[in-house]
Amino acid sequence: MSSPGRVVVLKGGRSLERNVSLRSGAHAQEALTRLGHEVIAIDVDEGFVEQLLSAAPEAALVALHGPDGEDGTLQSLLESIGLPYTGSGPAACMCCTDKALAKHLMRGAGIPTPDFHSFRESWIEQLGAAQALPSVERSIGFPLVVKPVSQGSALGVKFARSSDELPGALVGAFSYGSKILIERYVKGRDLAVSVLDGPEGPLPLPVVEAVPREEDFYDYESRYEIGMTTFVCPAELSDEQTARAQELALSVYKLLGCHGVARVDLLLDEQSGELWVLEANVVPGMTETSLLPQAADAAGIGFDELIARVLQSAFTR
Amino acid sequence: MDRSISGAGGGRGARPTAHELARYESLFATRTRAMKSSAMREMMALTERSDVISLAGGLPDTKTFAPELYAKLMAQVAASATARALQYGPTEGMASTVECIVQVMAAEGTAIDPGEVIVTTGGQQVIDLVCKALIDPGDVIVAEAPTYPGAVPTFSAYQAEVEQIEMDADGMPIDELETVLDRLQAEGRRPKFIYTIPNFQNPGGVTMSLPRRRRLVEVAHERELLILEDNPYGLLRYEGEPLPTLHSLDAQLGAGGGAADLVIYLGTFSKILSPGLRLGWSVAPRPVLEKLNLGKQGSDLCSSPVTQLFVAEYFKERDAGGEPRWLGYLDQLKDLYRSRRDTMLEALEEHFGEGASWTQPLGGLFVWATLDERIDTTDLLAQARKSEGVAFVPGRAAYMDGRRGSSSMRLNFAGTDEADIREGIRRIGKVVRQQLGLYGSLTGSGSRAPGDPAATGPATEPTAATSDRAEADAQPKPPLADVVAFPRREQDGSARRQQDR
Repeated sequence: MSSPGRVVVLKGGRSLERNVSLRSGAHAQEALTRLGHEVIAIDVDEGFVEQLLSAAPEAALVALHGPDGEDGTLQSLLESIGLPYTGSGPAACMCCTDKALAKHLMRGAGIPTPDFHSFRESWIEQLGAAQALPSVERSIGFPLVVKPVSQGSALGVKFARSSDELPGALVGAFSYGSKILIERYVKGRDLAVSVLDGPEGPLPLPVVEAVPREEDFYDYESRYEIGMTTFVCPAELSDEQTARAQELALSVYKLLGCHGVARVDLLLDEQSGELWVLEANVVPGMTETSLLPQAADAAGIGFDELIARVLQSAFTR
Repeated sequence: MDRSISGAGGGRGARPTAHELARYESLFATRTRAMKSSAMREMMALTERSDVISLAGGLPDTKTFAPELYAKLMAQVAASATARALQYGPTEGMASTVECIVQVMAAEGTAIDPGEVIVTTGGQQVIDLVCKALIDPGDVIVAEAPTYPGAVPTFSAYQAEVEQIEMDADGMPIDELETVLDRLQAEGRRPKFIYTIPNFQNPGGVTMSLPRRRRLVEVAHERELLILEDNPYGLLRYEGEPLPTLHSLDAQLGAGGGAADLVIYLGTFSKILSPGLRLGWSVAPRPVLEKLNLGKQGSDLCSSPVTQLFVAEYFKERDAGGEPRWLGYLDQLKDLYRSRRDTMLEALEEHFGEGASWTQPLGGLFVWATLDERIDTTDLLAQARKSEGVAFVPGRAAYMDGRRGSSSMRLNFAGTDEADIREGIRRIGKVVRQQLGLYGSLTGSGSRAPGDPAATGPATEPTAATSDRAEADAQPKPPLADVVAFPRREQDGSARRQQDR
């Protein structure tokens, strides 16, 4: 875009991540305003398309988290009305939103990801899939993690330490989505590598480590509240580990066909020292505690510049 | 940029981590770390949408207040006191409002000295001011379990340690309270006050029995502890005889020369008139009152004179028979809420069925329902909201640790019409059956999860086990014990063991 124009920021929506999205959107709005754009914020609900058409913007910045904004359908809709938008296209969105699909693709490409099986809720009733659980338990082992395939923000992520805890974990995770993953639990450090497109193509940003203050799991609460999690950026890793994490993140970004920006979550296995990729997020959070802005900052990219680059991705597809 | 974007190795020392987050974090007070948010709050934000039937709020039904009366009262305020309404008022509240408070307290059978009242910005401010006046970080507050979810963030913000005592059909068991107080003393920990909602407890829906009320006040005197008596719903009684307030029992003991000595009373106009007015009050022993006043000066100088004058005008209103109109409105609310409560209890009977239990509140706004122990109501809310468009407050919100109460939920019957109450309960029941069906399929049992439930979670069935010293507590009162959801305490405290999954 040659000169600043009118931009709509898409945020809110109906997903469980609505509040996070509102905060991400608000931050992006402020930055776009500072960059000289005319900004119209749209809380995505019934009047969405009408508002979008009447705003007649040059581009849409997608700050909508959760299935509403990340499963590719929004992106298809925006393409159908010919509006340039930030971030990944429908196909990459679908791959990343379905964690099981993303993991299958990663495994196929030789990218290390913890062993897993996916289950659909209706199979339990219709196909008697509960019969398969003992063999799933044997192949994955305890403790294991159960999570909905299409939720971000650790919502619905459950642990099971033994067979007794598995049904509860499954029912809990199914509360958030009809398809879930049963994944091997890797004890280790939480890392995130954001990948940002720029003049020289996509480049991985410095690694961020999230260190939970409380014992147990890096949960939904701590992920979004300042002070509940300590972030270290760049993460204290060896040069080799850093390079490996960044290399993996970039491979995943390319493998899944991401565009503009994405955040790849990894675990550093505390026993083996191996890096495991968990998932990629096509609409990374932009709140004050989000990992992408921190990583960009550590790379010398201020928030406004970050938003300018994200916006640029709408015009480089 | 090139260097750092492509190769950020070198560890922490290579570059100061001066990003935005750390900058803010270094400026935040330590206490903000204890301030809690939760996934539940994110979900609650979604229940405000019009397509969701919400049984989650703490709302009275303000649609029942006549708009003409509202307009008339505001016009009277304008005609008689525009300048005063638009001006600051005294921190302790306006005399004309305090007179109304004296009337409300009298209706609860509690005589007070107007000089011991402070008008506050909602009852919530009393909780905040009491903590501000009494709590140093690490001080102990003893509260009921479950407790008012709205008090949890306040207690957390003042870095209080909260000991929660499981209630039964008659509210907080005082012998259990004494056991906890003994333990605290042995540990050298300092309890500052006992927080209780004796009438139609929020969220539990139970009412503290008279013997326990008497004993609680005695215990406070024996141990020189304050009691914060939170009584927003006392006048909303739908059946049975009113019980005396702790404040009045304290005053009867005579230690305070006819005034309460150790009870800090919290009242509010929110449930008998309107929460939008943001007017509550405290009646407190004078030394405490002084500190509350100082605290309030720092918080908001005074509560809104506009709404204080509105209340004063409202209390002057008389009906055709010369009776105070506010009492007539109260009767109207009671009839409405009683009927809605009955509707909810019927709907629960029809749709929650076996494996669930719930309280039968004699007043107030809430029913506390406890489901099959395998159901986690936080997860249930996620599904109920998404697939059925219905919301409630998950039980965990009423526990400081955010873990106990995981199979329970608070349901508000006052703020929703009867059709929506029926439909809302039907929808929740449907999701519960789905989840239990899924459990059954997963475990092949159809009804029981593997393992010993007693080892993994609190008992959900009332038992007769009790060791109360108070005579009235020795036998559970059949009509209450039959219907209440709270577990009677067990000697080993296993009823309070947290459900840890």
